[in-house]
This record gives sequence, C-alpha cells and structure tokens, in this order.
Amino acid sequence: MSKRVVVGMSGGVDSSVSALLLKQQGYDVVGVFMKNWDETKDDGVCTATQDFEDVAAVAQEIGIPFYAVNFEKEYWDRVFSYFLQEYRLGRTPNPDIICNKEIKFKSFLDYAKELDADYIAMGHYAKTFVDTEGYTHLMRAKDQNKDQTYFLAQLSDGQLQRVIFPLGNLEKPEVRKIAESAGLATAHKKDSTGVCFIGERNFKHFLHNFLPSKKGLMMTPNGEVKGEHDGVLYYTIGQRSGLGIGGTRGNSQPWFVVGKDVHRNILYVDQGYHNPLLMSTSLKASHLSLVNPKFNLDRANNLTAKFRYRQKDVAVTVRTSGNSVIVSYELPQRAITPGQAVVFYQGEECLGSAFIDQVYQNEKQLAYV
Amino acid sequence: MKRYYFDHAATTPVAPEVIQTITKSLIDDFGNVSSTHYFGQREKLKLRQAREVLANAINANLNEVYFTSGSTESNNTIIRQTALSRQNQGKHLITTVVEHPSVLKVMQDLAKKGFDVTFLPVDDSGTISITDFKAALRPDTTLVSIMYANHETGRLMPIKEIGQILKNHSAWFHVDATQALGVTKIDVKKLGIDFLSASAHKIYGPKGIGLLYKNQNCVIPPLLIGGEQENKFRAGTTNLPLIFGFAKAMELCDSKEINKWVIIYQEEKRELVKLLTELGVDFAVNGDFNQALPQILNLWIKGVPSNVLLPLLDLDGFALSAGSACTAGSAEDSPVLTAMYPNNLIRVRQSIRISLGHDNQKADVIALAHAIAKRVNHFKRSKEKAVS
Repeated sequence: MSKRVVVGMSGGVDSSVSALLLKQQGYDVVGVFMKNWDETKDDGVCTATQDFEDVAAVAQEIGIPFYAVNFEKEYWDRVFSYFLQEYRLGRTPNPDIICNKEIKFKSFLDYAKELDADYIAMGHYAKTFVDTEGYTHLMRAKDQNKDQTYFLAQLSDGQLQRVIFPLGNLEKPEVRKIAESAGLATAHKKDSTGVCFIGERNFKHFLHNFLPSKKGLMMTPNGEVKGEHDGVLYYTIGQRSGLGIGGTRGNSQPWFVVGKDVHRNILYVDQGYHNPLLMSTSLKASHLSLVNPKFNLDRANNLTAKFRYRQKDVAVTVRTSGNSVIVSYELPQRAITPGQAVVFYQGEECLGSAFIDQVYQNEKQLAYV
Repeated sequence: MKRYYFDHAATTPVAPEVIQTITKSLIDDFGNVSSTHYFGQREKLKLRQAREVLANAINANLNEVYFTSGSTESNNTIIRQTALSRQNQGKHLITTVVEHPSVLKVMQDLAKKGFDVTFLPVDDSGTISITDFKAALRPDTTLVSIMYANHETGRLMPIKEIGQILKNHSAWFHVDATQALGVTKIDVKKLGIDFLSASAHKIYGPKGIGLLYKNQNCVIPPLLIGGEQENKFRAGTTNLPLIFGFAKAMELCDSKEINKWVIIYQEEKRELVKLLTELGVDFAVNGDFNQALPQILNLWIKGVPSNVLLPLLDLDGFALSAGSACTAGSAEDSPVLTAMYPNNLIRVRQSIRISLGHDNQKADVIALAHAIAKRVNHFKRSKEKAVS
C-alpha cells in the first residue's frame, strides 16, 4: 500500500500544488484544512469559508479526499496569547514562527499521525535531508526569494522527520505554472500577505480590539517633546514615526522610532533612516532552538544569520549559554527588533533560531523595549 | 472500494420511482400551472393529487398543505410570521435548546428584536420535561416550536402531551418533523399540531422541496410574496416535477412500509450495538435507545475523538457524521450533545451519528461495526504505544 501523506491545505496555490505533486508521485494523499481562527472573535471578514471552498475545489480536481480540523483553541492558547503578551511587553512578535512550532508542526502533525499519516506536507518553501546518522537537516529552498526556513527555524529534528516539502526545488513561478497547467482553482489566487489572522486589515485597528491603547508622548532621546503617539505598542523599532517632514535646526530628514519606554509610555523618535540609535552590533536572544540539538553554534565556522524574514544573511559569531545566545556582527545592523527571531544558517543549512530580547551598540543597550 | 452510506439523517438517496416521476414530469409538464391555457390547465389535477398525498400522510386537509423549498423555509416562515403577526397578543415564544438551526437562529433573531423566547433545556437523554414546559407557558405565549425528534440523537419529544396542554391555550403549536416524516405516522389532528415542517429529501425524495402544514384556523402572512401561487401563501412558480417527486416519495412510505422499516432499523441498531460490545468497543448511547426515531443512533465512542474517527472511517469507505454541521467544513462542538452533557466535553467530541436507510443491508451494518472496532482498537493501541 502506498504511504499516506496528510497535506495541510490552506486554500492557497502553494499547498494546492504540494498536494498535486504528492498525488502524482503516487502517495495516498489526504487533504486537511486547518481552521485556526474564529472570525467571530473580532470584526474580521471570514476568509475561512472561501478558503475551504477553494480547498474542496482543488481536492476534487486532484482527486483526493479532504477534511477539516479545528485548532482554534490551540491557536488562541499557544499563538495568539503569546502574540498579545509580546505586544504588551512592547515587542514585535512573530506569530507565524510560533504557529509552525505549536500548531502546524505539532497539533497538526499529531492529528495527521492519528489519521495514519506516514508524512505530512504543506506549502512551505524549504528542503530537508536525512544524514547517515538519521538526523533530519533543514535546508534553504531553491527559490531564495520565497525561502521560508526563517519561519521553520524553531522546529526540531523530531518535528521535521515526517515532513515532505514538495516545493523545495521549485521557483514560485514554476509552482504557479504547474497549478495553471493542471487547471487548479487556486492557480491565480493572490498570495496571502501579513499575519494570517489579520490578513489585509488595518493592523492598528485589529490590535485595538484586543489591547487597550494609551496615548502618550513622542519625544527625542534628549527629552524634547515632538508630539503624541496612539500607544507605544503600535510602533515598531525603525518605522517612520508618522511625524511630518520638517526637521529641527535645518535637518529635513524624516523621523523614525528609535526607542520605546513601555513603562513610562514614551515613544522615542529621531531623524534619519540610518540614525545611530538604530544601529546595533550585537544582540541577546533566548529560547534557542536548534534543529539538531547536538550542533555546536559556538564552534561553527561561517555562521550567518537573518534578523527578519527576507533579509540578506549577515556574518555572525555566537556565544551560547544554555538557551540564551549573544550574537555579534561586524557590520552594524539597522533596527533589529526585540520579539523577532534571529535565525542561524551555515551555507544552505538552517540551523535553528532564538528570539531577540536586547540589542546593543558596542556593549551599550539600546532603548528598544 | 465499496462505499457505505450511514448518513441518512443528512439526506437520503432518491428512490428510483421518484427519479422516474421527476424525469417524466420534466419532460411532460413544462407548463406553468398558473397559466390559463392548455399547458397550465393540464397539470392542475395532478398537483391537487400530489397535495392530497401529503395531506393524507399527516391527516391534514387539502387546503392546509403548502409546498415550500424545504424545512428551512417552512420553519422560517412559520416562526417569524407567527411571532410578528401575533405580537399584539403577546411576545413570548417557547422552543428548545436542541432545535435545528433553522428554528434556533430565527428564535435568536426574534429575541434580539424584542421577543421573549424561552429555550427549554433537555435532560441527559436529550428530551424536554413537561414540568419545564408547563412552567414556561404563559398567557402571552403565542407560539410553541418543538421538534418531533432530534436530528442528532433521534430522541423523541413529548409532542402528544404538549399538544394536549395547548388545546386549552391560545398559543399555536409548531412541530419540525423533518427527521420523523416517513419513519413515523404523524397525525396533526390527533396530536394538536397547528404547523408542521418537513422536507422531501429525508424520505428518498428530491432536495429543494418541502411542505408547510398550517391549520386552516391559523392565519399568518406569507414570507415570500409575489405571485399568487399556493393559495397566495407562497409566491414562486410552482415546482411541479419536485412536487410530484415528493408525493411519490411519500407514497412509497405508506404505513405498511413504515412499519417494515421500523422493524428493520431497530433490528440493525440492536445488531450494531451487540457487535460493538462483542468486539470490545467501549461506547455509550447518546439519548435513549428506545425512545428515539428508529433510523438514528448516536454513540459516544469512548477514547476516540470524532474528528479522527470520522475521516478514518470515510477513508475506509464508511460515511457517517458527527451530527452537527460546520463552519468552513470543520465541526464545531455539537450544540445538541453539549446541551445534554454540559459537563462532559470529551463525550461531546467523541460522539458519532449513525443514521440508517433503505439502502443499508444487514451485512453493511456488520461491516460498519467491524470497521469502527478496527479503527478504535488501532487508535487505542497507537496511543498506548505513544505513552510507553
């Protein structure tokens, strides 16, 4: 009997093509739609119904059975609560990384196993290979522009063992082409953008439903009041502050968020995209998770890292201490944001990640949270 | 792979005689029965005869049976139009917490609009108590809407007793008999029912056609207005083929047939329960094995979530359901079972509904018992392995 793959189908083109390719390769493919968000909890437009319709259409086109599973409670408890808590702390969380760690590669994996799955798959752009000792390694996708290892970097070897990434060796345009020539209903569907449960909606408005905002002062690092902000939680380090152009003392550069004081509810702003207060040389991160727990980051050569999705790799050196790491980089980096992940690579391999807590400029901590 | 269908409470396959009737009508009866010319005239008698079949089936008068698109439309029409048209006499309505959404949501909507709605609770067997009902009934109650039997558990409601009590009360009595029609003899006069809803597709008829019985003394305005079809009570071009199909399906469920199927279903249910016990499946009946419609059996399969068991059984060729339908295809917790077992969410999530039909053979039921046992035992073994 052929091996069973339970494919997490979102109603998007990527997971549609994953399911199609696996079916063509002769697997016993079962599609499952994950419903992780109850849109009645906020004022959002429900895309889940349309997405499920798309899953149904594609599954019928491919000729596979499909079901739905509800992880709303798990998502709320393990992803959304974390998301809100991080914002409360003034950080900028990355819920997609936690969703992969806690829902897609945990709850969903467990569920798929209960459905007698030998493997699971979704629509991620990444690759894996198993070494001679039996360890699974996470590798960058062929399509460097779409590579999603950044979001998978909290997964362990155990979570990746039973995962197939059918899109790992494909470029996105090829994926669209495959969907088109197979006539899949999702071939021309727009890629989803942003955080999954917020979608295309106004982020500030969404957050406001869950976190009370407090207006406060916007000031320069020297204490000069420049205006009011709507709540420090709504701002991310390095973003345009929304202050009008028109500088002080003949400086016409735009204003950026260069720091937050959550306790005093102050937002620090200063001028210039490359403002020195935005430039760091090292960071401290915690919750280190390595795909292969035996890998020694401290002794590794040619380490690189990403501090945000789709950023170019930066050469780094790492000092670990338990689950914490200090990451140093020779080339100063702009606006590294607490709450985001620092993801480590060696060549094509994604080694693991940690969450950024503090950011330093030559030993001096920056006022980022 | 052989496919087994055990979800007849969701819908039934269409009987071959019904298909023939509809097909013939589609070919022969294209005319609009409201037209005054030959093509309109020629089917008027057949329409009357079809209405007669349905009226006789529930012991109603010919002028008390109206065709609708199905139970959802009938429920919406009866509840909303009664509540609104009688609001000068009272704004209190009574229903139960386990009604079909096409009743519940209308009631909830009316509650939002200022009506006082009592949602009667159910006991752990899934039925309401007459004591609760009597306590809820008030002089300003204008409508009581209670299902004949529940769609998830098959549990019967005390329709006769309620009809009796309401004989001396001005409130009208609506019964959603969607699951009961065709497997139970319903006599609206004897039971004191003022309004009744039913659908053809639960009795081997087509989808998209249903009936609304309305006691001729209970006057409510139509919900759909436009043309003067259905004695000005339901606008929309008369759907002759489906009406004829409905009547044919009803004819096939005459009282002799009903008794035959009741005996077969009960035997199949007993066989299933007996086999599951013998095969070591740990389960309990949700509801009441005897006080239920014969074709529905709702089981708590202890230790196995239905969101795992149902896909696995489907992949093995056995189609069943968890009862309640869905948002974006994923099952929500059944409101019916939640009302019955409010402190046992595990039970709610480990329950499945088996609903039998004409196409199920005894051998199919035996196969189902073995399929459930195989999956349950496999699931439990793999859980034990995971623990150790």
